[in-house]
Amino acid sequence: MTQLTLRKLKNSGMTLAMAAATLAVLIPLILIFIHIVRMGASSISLDFFTQIPRPTGETGGGMANGMVGSALLIALASAFGIPVGIFGAVYLAEFGGGRLSGAIRFSADILAGVPSIITGMVAYALLVVPMKGFSALAGACALALIMIPIVLRTTEEQLKLVPTTLREASLALGVPLWRTTLKVTLHSAMKGVMTGILLAIARISGETAPLLFTALGNQFWGKKLTEPIAAMPLQIFSFAIAPYEDWHRLAWSGALVLVTLMFTLSLTARYLGRSKQKN
Amino acid sequence: MSTASEEKLEIALTHEAENHKWRMDKKAGGDAAFKGMTALFAFAVLAILLLMLVELAGESFPAMRKFGWRFVPGKEWDAVQGLFGALPYLWGSVVSSVLALALATPLSVATALFITEIAPKKVGGLIASLVELLAAIPSVIYGLWGVLVMAPWLQRTVQPFLAEKFGFLPFFQGAPYGVSMLAAVFILMIMVVPIITSITKEVLLTVPQSQKEAAVALGATRWEMIRMAVLPYGKSGILGAVILGLGRAVGETMAVTMVIGNTPQISLSLLAPAYTMPSVIANEFAEATSKIHTSALMEIGLILLFVTLAINILAQFLLWSVTRGQKGGGRI
Repeated sequence: MTQLTLRKLKNSGMTLAMAAATLAVLIPLILIFIHIVRMGASSISLDFFTQIPRPTGETGGGMANGMVGSALLIALASAFGIPVGIFGAVYLAEFGGGRLSGAIRFSADILAGVPSIITGMVAYALLVVPMKGFSALAGACALALIMIPIVLRTTEEQLKLVPTTLREASLALGVPLWRTTLKVTLHSAMKGVMTGILLAIARISGETAPLLFTALGNQFWGKKLTEPIAAMPLQIFSFAIAPYEDWHRLAWSGALVLVTLMFTLSLTARYLGRSKQKN
Repeated sequence: MSTASEEKLEIALTHEAENHKWRMDKKAGGDAAFKGMTALFAFAVLAILLLMLVELAGESFPAMRKFGWRFVPGKEWDAVQGLFGALPYLWGSVVSSVLALALATPLSVATALFITEIAPKKVGGLIASLVELLAAIPSVIYGLWGVLVMAPWLQRTVQPFLAEKFGFLPFFQGAPYGVSMLAAVFILMIMVVPIITSITKEVLLTVPQSQKEAAVALGATRWEMIRMAVLPYGKSGILGAVILGLGRAVGETMAVTMVIGNTPQISLSLLAPAYTMPSVIANEFAEATSKIHTSALMEIGLILLFVTLAINILAQFLLWSVTRGQKGGGRI
């Protein structure tokens, strides 16, 4: 009987330990989140959205140029990365098969694990050096490289869920394969594909490392795509490590805006994913 | 004896047949072009990976030629004299990631077990979504919190405490700077826990219900069921999750750069500032003036790429072997 009591005691002990570990994991994460909201909310103002950063020593200023720059970088990266991801996935799901497709799938998974700073170095070597200058274009390309594997893998999975009968029905009506793929297969997987796209955008909107030596950052408004451009994550980075209280406040406000954006994107993606499962 | 009308019909039929053939050809042509285009995009992924390797290798060639194998064990890093060695960065990367993983692994596995085996389904789901949501916070924001909140706190409380109580050990010697190896280990731990937890959770969900039921039917307590039926089944998948976390930790740039202190030295003390491979690239790459400096940084990038590639390939193999199997059931 004591043996059983001992085992039960051990069971309770381990259960308690696992619950404690869960708390230990959640508490710092939640503390960080609360701190961002508190600091961000107390220092955010209208100026933050309408002004560009002031020089050191002056108070006030905002991150308007960073927000516009980030939006532009994300839009450009999406324009480059999403078509590659989606059509690459179409090949893997609709035409692929065999070893080569396996190799592509595998390299997409591996590519997703490559540190983002390396994509920045590659974009630097391929675009910044030949174009002789840091540019928004190079930054967008670096971000697109990060988007591609995410969009590709999620889209492929969604395409595989589309029933074959749907494709056959369309083909039997005499619709060519390419139209069937675009109008029937991709169309019915659209919700899932959107989920992948949103997740990819959420991922790149906070990326800093690949922009350090491609988009570089800009104190002012960038005028051309071939010039350095400001981006919010870059501004948060440089303001956080600067020794000025005022800049720290801007960094917290920026963090709050960025986190709000990311949570909105992730929650929308989740909602889309869930409503799809119900259908 | 063909009449004019029959002839007309014949011509019309031939015409129709040719027209049909032409339409089919056009259709097939469209399909071929479409297939070709999608294939091009798919192969782009393979090409990008190869391009990364080729570009980094090519750009780091000047440094390879100048320093050869001495680059890896070299301790000097002097941009003015053009002397470069990677050892302090390798040391910083290895120590920070391995220690962070050592702390994060038990916490993550325990949390994943709590989510899948112990908590009521709703609570478990809530914790899982919370963890996943927090995993989406960008690295620069963890860094912001790390440098403005955590590092000062470490400097005020944790580091003096460690130095006072355990100062006789070489690991806790020196002045408390706040920004240090210890800060990097903590921030990395906080960042990789959500990743390892959510992948481990997925792995644990593949454990077959029957296996768990068998353990319980033999009279096992819940912990004994976990130890004998769940963990052995998920072993390689959990290892895959941990290794994937290691890959993230090694490549993590912004948060570490902001809290590690950026000093290229090899010190046993966790209280001392250090430097990692991604951090030195982040800090120096845009400002590198000499060719050999850029090239040395490229070679650091190449080493980093090789390390993360090896880690990720290993993790993918381990995870594939699990997730390819059947989906299991829920909790008992």
